Amino acid sequence: MFTLMRFAEWENPATNDLEWLIRKDGCMHCEDPGCLKACPAPGAIVQYSNGIVDFIHDNCIGCGYCVTGCPFDIPRISQTDHKSYKCTLCSDRVAVGQGPACAKACPTQAIVFGTKADMQAHAETRIEDLKSRGYENAGLYDPAGVGGTHVMYVLHHADKPGIYNDLPENPRISPVVEGWKGVTKTAGLAAIGLAAVGATLHGLFARGNEVEEHDVQSADALVKGEDPDHGGHV
Amino acid sequence: MTNPWTDIKNTDLAIVMGGNAAEAHPCGFKWVTEAKAHRGAKLIVVDPRYTRTASVADYYAPIRPGSDIAFLMGVIRWCMENDKVQWDYVRNYTNASYLVREDFGWSDGLFTGYDEEKRDFNKESWDYQMGEDGFALTDPTLQDPRCVWNMLKQHVDVYTPEFVENITGTPRDKFLDICAMIGECSAVDKTMTSMYALGWTQHSKGAQNIRGMAMLQLILGNIGVRGGGMNALRGHSNIQGLTDIGLMSNLIPGYLNIPTEKEVDWQTYLSTREFRPLQPGQTSYWQNYPKFMVSFLKAMWGDAATAENDWAFDYLPKLDVPAYDIMRMFELMNNDRVNLYFCQGFNPLLSIPDRGKVTAGLSKLKMLVVMDPLSTETSHFWQNHGAHNEVDTASIQTEVLELPTTCFAEDEGALVNSGRWLQWHWPGATPPGEAKHDTWIMAQIWTRVRELYRTEGGAFPDPIVNLSWDYADPGEPTPAELAREMNGRALAAVTDPATGAQVLQAGQQVSGFGQLRDDGTTMAGCWIYAGSWTEDGNMMARRDNSDPDETGMYLNWAFAWPANRRVLYNRASADMAGKPWDATRPLIQWDGAKWGGYDVPDIAPTADPSTVGPFIMNQEGVSRLFSRGMMRDGPFPTHMEPFESPMANVFNPRMRGNPVARVFESDVARLGNSDEFPFVATSYRLTEHFHYWTKHNRVNAALQPEFFVEISVELAEERGIANGSRVRVFGKRGQVWAKAVVTRRLQPLICDGKPVHVVGIPLHWGFMGAAKKGWGPNSLTPFIGDANTDTPEFKAFLVNIEPATEEPVA
Repeated sequence: MFTLMRFAEWENPATNDLEWLIRKDGCMHCEDPGCLKACPAPGAIVQYSNGIVDFIHDNCIGCGYCVTGCPFDIPRISQTDHKSYKCTLCSDRVAVGQGPACAKACPTQAIVFGTKADMQAHAETRIEDLKSRGYENAGLYDPAGVGGTHVMYVLHHADKPGIYNDLPENPRISPVVEGWKGVTKTAGLAAIGLAAVGATLHGLFARGNEVEEHDVQSADALVKGEDPDHGGHV
Repeated sequence: MTNPWTDIKNTDLAIVMGGNAAEAHPCGFKWVTEAKAHRGAKLIVVDPRYTRTASVADYYAPIRPGSDIAFLMGVIRWCMENDKVQWDYVRNYTNASYLVREDFGWSDGLFTGYDEEKRDFNKESWDYQMGEDGFALTDPTLQDPRCVWNMLKQHVDVYTPEFVENITGTPRDKFLDICAMIGECSAVDKTMTSMYALGWTQHSKGAQNIRGMAMLQLILGNIGVRGGGMNALRGHSNIQGLTDIGLMSNLIPGYLNIPTEKEVDWQTYLSTREFRPLQPGQTSYWQNYPKFMVSFLKAMWGDAATAENDWAFDYLPKLDVPAYDIMRMFELMNNDRVNLYFCQGFNPLLSIPDRGKVTAGLSKLKMLVVMDPLSTETSHFWQNHGAHNEVDTASIQTEVLELPTTCFAEDEGALVNSGRWLQWHWPGATPPGEAKHDTWIMAQIWTRVRELYRTEGGAFPDPIVNLSWDYADPGEPTPAELAREMNGRALAAVTDPATGAQVLQAGQQVSGFGQLRDDGTTMAGCWIYAGSWTEDGNMMARRDNSDPDETGMYLNWAFAWPANRRVLYNRASADMAGKPWDATRPLIQWDGAKWGGYDVPDIAPTADPSTVGPFIMNQEGVSRLFSRGMMRDGPFPTHMEPFESPMANVFNPRMRGNPVARVFESDVARLGNSDEFPFVATSYRLTEHFHYWTKHNRVNAALQPEFFVEISVELAEERGIANGSRVRVFGKRGQVWAKAVVTRRLQPLICDGKPVHVVGIPLHWGFMGAAKKGWGPNSLTPFIGDANTDTPEFKAFLVNIEPATEEPVA
């Protein structure tokens, strides 16, 4: 849920060749999760011992602070039940010894699942292979600013994460969120804190996909099972 | 495919040209990933578009649609010039040393024997010099100027890197880099695999595109070996099965031929199918043709096929034209020559070129019967959908019957994959509503038609009333009954001609096509499937995935035709003494007395390597760099332009397209020129959709909801088209409206000093289903096909494009 395949068409200035930078954009399952830090509802966001960060919807109050707290802009509030959702890394499947569905389904094993140490070792072989094919800056994306992540990427150009549809170079939990459970708890500072959160929210939303109005309408129609062409144009 | 999908992991270099495997065959593409991960294999993609396959390639080069032959002949020239040749293979396993007749030649883009009036070649000179003993003359030293090798050298001489760049638009440095990567695979311990699909077949010279790469693979010694081969990635889960089982109008099951009207009797038919060896002692396997044909006729007509009536040969229809291919059928419809059309699992309104002509043809029918799981555009061709299907419904008098069928997931049976594996599957769901199995529908119609002939007679009722119909329920043959019939069984005791020992009792299933006979004691519906359902049961249902030494052969998984062989021509994986060329990748080997190894040998088990050549399906025992008269458009591939092209043929400016491709008279005026339509268009599939089916599914429809075309940034600037804006794409035969995707994936190509812009047109939209209404590329494509196969030219045609100022009324 709320996992997107993103790709960027990037012209490599070193070679003048076009490259497609494809990224599975979803919850990174941070070791130090900003969403969990921001969440005011006890038990709504949990982190299991295996590293998976999960949302417990019965406890979610739909405040959206996790959206603000996430340095990767992942969680979204459902307009239907007003609770927050994101990729669970198939915590239910993992709990019974199965890997996540995406890894299971991927025909080319672009997504693999295992212990962090195994995955780091696997990444090493991938990086070595990419370097042998001319990608000198290939490397692992496992950013330290959030304590490392439990979803990691092998990037061809690990020196420039930003070219992968704005993958943050050094993701950090917003200082506002860091402070949320500390000093800003005092009533006097709350108003300032909220204003700052508002500003951050705006910044995040402004980075979303740009979609034309008629695309939204026809997508809505499609979801409702209506004729997407009704009233539209060719 | 000569090799199975699973064998691609054994390659050192995968070249994807004429296909887009990562996008159109994502599950099979994993074997490329395996080869890259475990062998350090490289991947080359040559395509007009930067595709998803290109995005994971080590090397990508663009090419002008329809210019692949020039590229491939250029690579062959480069390999010859730079000694990148597997010489032992070329000398011993190809016809390089065979002498070509003195009167054969090539000039002005044409081989000898061209008849402009007939649009055909007299192919008599396209042959070997023959000795008085009936065997072909050869020069093993390759010195004779008339030997195939020297003739080929002369033929490709014009395809210099400069020439290739001019024709294809592929930058010379990229072309040369690719040549160098390919050339490495002439070493015995390096192999290349060719993966292609409709990007090569859907051209007026599609078969010659494939010939070109097959020749290159032979020169590199890459046919019959692990990690090599010519691998046609089929566009449908069972399209391999379709051709195997003879759904081509000129074929009967197992690639046997429907007789022509010149083959008036059985003796005449057999006289052109003697397949005498062209070398002493050579196995020429097609000499068994009569056994397969008689067994087929016995499967068709049982006791009514006897030695006295030439196995009911007269019951077979006789072709008065080369083929009743689908374009000919629609031509005939347009000429009021067809009353009733049965359309089974097929959506011609979107898949046959020149949609206007398709609509006109369907409108002239008295009745159209559509058997399909979905409500298709074809069954609604008469319904007005505004610009998406602009027809005058009231003027169409065709009666349309829709017979809902089950889909693959509701059926039992075998699907034949690209690697020739017959994999049995079981139904996963109960058919919805009134949907019926295709077999039920056909059996119900058949039993009623037979009853009419029985009671009312007719001009020639015999083939119909005598048809063998030996099923427990005549109204619904079961998949098992049909599969057993295709495999074949003994009708009487079958003996070994050498020893006289009985090998089969009457009624027993044959274990392989070696047990088929031409004396009426056996029957088999499709000889190449012999061995798929034996006395041991259903071999297609086997699911043992053991793979000794990880060769990728999986001999106990399902069944591969022929004879459960996984790599065709695998005899050629070993040298002249029968030792594997590459000791690290053995397939089969000769132990001094017999062949054995990881695959079923493609040669008689005791055939001595010193006497029997490896390519036993050819009379020569070797493969053909020079294809004699086997192909209508020449024994070597030669560059031809598409019928609609921005360039004149450089060899012969008068020559349009393929000089022997069939052109119906009414279509000549429907071909466009580049002054009016300056841009080259090509069509393709997207990973989110399968043909015209998945637009009926909301999930797929949401993933790729809307028809679009792709153009380069440069073309967008030239025409004032903004990314995401609406455009009109129009050609000589029609027009479509689409959203423009302006992308760097397409780049203008410089051909003969001038930029050639390419417009990319995906094929998944129509006016039925859940996705937004759109069009298919067939609204624009010409009614022209390949000279050998009549596969339509969907991959290179001319269009113009402009911003859509006015939108049509939807």
